[in-house]
Amino acid sequence: MNEIGLTHILVISTSLFFIGVYGFLTRRNMITMLMAVELILNSVNINFVAFNKFLYPDKLDGVFFIIFNIAIAAAEAAVAIAIIINLYRSHKSIDISDADEMKY
Amino acid sequence: MSASIVIFYILAAVIIGGGLLAVTERKIFRSAVYLLFSLIGIAGLYFYLNYEFLGAVQIVVYVGGIVVLIIFSIFLTAESGDDMKKPNLWRVTFSGLATLFACLLVLWLIQGHLFVSNTGTALEPNVRNIGRQMLSTAEHGYILPFEVVSILLLAAMIGCIVIAMKIKPKT
Repeated sequence: MNEIGLTHILVISTSLFFIGVYGFLTRRNMITMLMAVELILNSVNINFVAFNKFLYPDKLDGVFFIIFNIAIAAAEAAVAIAIIINLYRSHKSIDISDADEMKY
Repeated sequence: MSASIVIFYILAAVIIGGGLLAVTERKIFRSAVYLLFSLIGIAGLYFYLNYEFLGAVQIVVYVGGIVVLIIFSIFLTAESGDDMKKPNLWRVTFSGLATLFACLLVLWLIQGHLFVSNTGTALEPNVRNIGRQMLSTAEHGYILPFEVVSILLLAAMIGCIVIAMKIKPKT
């Protein structure tokens, strides 16, 4: 335990990923579910950085994957929030159980 | 125990503690603020690993963009001071157990796996190298995904405007 290696960072990203999964499963509010998804995406980004740093220091591919991931996550968050706001206008609620018209 | 290790454990505590509080806090606005702390901790982790460009991008896009967007949408929709409904005990128990066992399984696999490092001359991840390779049309260039992502962002922007636009009734 005298040097920070790949395993330490993988432990952080694994914990963060499953914290996000737990939040996604337990929350019933759409905005908090979106926040849990952001946590999951960020844990994946930590993995890319760690593998690029410790296993492939002669390449930059992990950095590009993270940049594209962040761009796509930003687009996804913007579209999701537009949908949530539109749903709030018509249903007056952002609870996931109130939006079940397409369930059957 | 050197200062570097202490800094690493502080960053780890900020990331994981912020994440845990963000998914368990009952007041939605506080939950967003804990998410902010977790994202700042991740940016700190990028700086710690000498990826300064990624740390800056993380702060600009996530902290400056997405969290502010989430907070605005909280103000536009929910009553941010009220407590959210308590999730029922059955769901919390089984989600907690499932994620805990999955987490332990993955940690066990990580501990047992031997990662083989690629021994090459290290390439400095500075802005110069990143920009040169990202916009190069040569063999390992990333110009095509770059253009595709720019089209995706344009499509997402137009889609957001169309979805959130109010259609006025014709008079």
